Amino acid sequence: MNKKQKNVLCRIIVTVVLLMAAVLLTRLLSPHIVVELMLFLLPYGVIGYDILRKAGKGILKRQVFDENFLMAVATVGAMCLGDYAEGVAVMLFYQIGELFQSIAVGKSRKNIAALMDIRPDYANVLREGVPEKVDPDEVEIGELIVVHPGEKVPIDGVIVEGNTSLNTSALTGESVPREVGCGDEIYSGSINLTGEIKLKTIKEFGDSTVSKILDLVENSAMKKSRSENFITKFAKYYTPAVCYGALALSLIPPVVRLLMGNAPMWGDWVIRGLTFLVISCPCALVISIPLSFFGGIGCASANGILVKGSNYLEALSKTKYVVFDKTGTLTQGVFEVTGIYPENGFTKEDLLEYAAYAESGSPHPISQSLKKAYGRDLDVTKVKEIEEIAGHGVSAKVEGRHILAGNVRLMEQKGIVVSREREGGTLCHVAVEGVYAGCIVISDVVKPNAAETLRGLKINGIKKTVMLTGDSEDTAKRVAEAIGIDEYHSQLLPGDKVSAVETLLDAKGAQENLAFVGDGINDAPVLSRADIGIAMGAMGSDAAIEAADVVLMDDDPAKITLAMRISLRTLRIVKQNIVFALGVKAVCLILGALGLAGMWLAIFADVGVMVLAVLNATRALKMK
Amino acid sequence: MKKVYDVEVDCANCAAKMEEAVKNTAGVKDATLSFMTLKLKVEFEEGADVKAVMQQAYKNCKAVEDDCEIFL
Repeated sequence: MNKKQKNVLCRIIVTVVLLMAAVLLTRLLSPHIVVELMLFLLPYGVIGYDILRKAGKGILKRQVFDENFLMAVATVGAMCLGDYAEGVAVMLFYQIGELFQSIAVGKSRKNIAALMDIRPDYANVLREGVPEKVDPDEVEIGELIVVHPGEKVPIDGVIVEGNTSLNTSALTGESVPREVGCGDEIYSGSINLTGEIKLKTIKEFGDSTVSKILDLVENSAMKKSRSENFITKFAKYYTPAVCYGALALSLIPPVVRLLMGNAPMWGDWVIRGLTFLVISCPCALVISIPLSFFGGIGCASANGILVKGSNYLEALSKTKYVVFDKTGTLTQGVFEVTGIYPENGFTKEDLLEYAAYAESGSPHPISQSLKKAYGRDLDVTKVKEIEEIAGHGVSAKVEGRHILAGNVRLMEQKGIVVSREREGGTLCHVAVEGVYAGCIVISDVVKPNAAETLRGLKINGIKKTVMLTGDSEDTAKRVAEAIGIDEYHSQLLPGDKVSAVETLLDAKGAQENLAFVGDGINDAPVLSRADIGIAMGAMGSDAAIEAADVVLMDDDPAKITLAMRISLRTLRIVKQNIVFALGVKAVCLILGALGLAGMWLAIFADVGVMVLAVLNATRALKMK
Repeated sequence: MKKVYDVEVDCANCAAKMEEAVKNTAGVKDATLSFMTLKLKVEFEEGADVKAVMQQAYKNCKAVEDDCEIFL
């Protein structure tokens, strides 16, 4: 609690004591009316002096429809009509509500600030061999900085000395520390856990990951959602409308009764009017909606999902189609041996060994994956006469035996019969001394939780998932079947992806959104063309962070489902609050007009609803 | 040109009113005030005198909501 809040709390306590004393004294002693008024004016003054002052200032500035004015009129009116206790209580509860709101909002602010507590305060820069503590802003590209254990990495850089493990949870939401060593590129905002490291900076502080993220989060609250705009607009009309309603309610019925020859009952109708004024305060709505969105965005950030604005969080909840750019999102974009099919009596080990040795001289990703699958070190002295046959494969002598390794065309060219075509991936056929030995399938590996992600999306209301890829039909089909995607388009050039997404955009309904998920490499145009662009594994990719609306800091597809869930939940809370607050207020207005609801119910409609709405809104921050 | 200012204001509705007041200031193209982050982002018209415009915007805010502060 800050000073202001403590001050208000003291006044509330004093008022409660004074009010109870006043009620007791009047009950026991039934004093003269003037004494009674004095007894109640004391707590009223303590709790309401600032409201009355602000209301007075408001009137001078012709700002009549602010809540201070409303409260002042309602309570002064109640006092004038002899309802002293009610008058004080309305003011008291109003202040309690305001205090509560201020504490709740302050707490949410603090929570989110804590999530974003990744801004480094200093950098230890090595200048002429001497470490110097400076503001990260002053460090130039290419300078050496030292990061001790326990310190934040201030600027993006490459490790030139030392090994350590890094806590990157503030950036990615991933709690397992990342092991890094010499030559690794590391991002600012992660925390050095174990060893001292020396970095060569590769970016200025302003362009570093940490600055980018902070910028993005700070700006996210500026992009307001449609719900927020709706409620602000609504509040603009609601308050004056209820005020005029109050005025009409206090004046018209008594006048009509007078004309009809009945007693006007001014007091009764004025009280009904004042009840209206108390209900008219729009704060419950105006605070709880942005608070929910803010909580939702904060919750997402804590999980390594950066949502660039409340509007995007809202749009995400209306997403019905998710389009994936295959490589890097559903698959790892890394080639691995996924199948070994020996023939003619060769074993799997033989096949892999021959292939790995034959391809050992090539830097091609395929030979790298063969080497990896083989697992043991290759004794290069065993291989001789390596000859690359461009576009086909290689021919080599391994331990004196003539090996051919390559595609079907190579086999055909050498007159070797390939028994059958296998589906999916890239095939590496092997022949030993002119005899076909079988083939090895190398393909882009599907991410372990890709299938689960797609199922999760379906559960969260996605109608259709689509995969776009530049790969061959076979590969695309294999991946699509493996993960259970609804539709795929293969053999697309980068430009085709934009038109494919545009076709899908045209086909969908107006209230349905289409999200495009890319790995941030070369897909900026598609990211910005889709209703919502989601960039994965975007840490360090400026273009992707720029173009996307939602940025996943790591490359785990499960985060997409999580983002969907957070957005749906946030919107559910927002809707609950709108319906609940408006509903209760509407009911209380009707009851008030009929004379069935007194000041006490009006206080509930104002303060109670606000407290409940704010409590509900703070739920958005927490996600199980 | 865009600039971001820190603000202090106690209630969400007042923040909305301040935002409206800044928006309606001459020389301001658009403005957004986030009650949650207590930040005011102002986009100025081409060639506007930022200092003068913000002085006026501040006055306009004070007119609608006395209990507020913009840290210029």
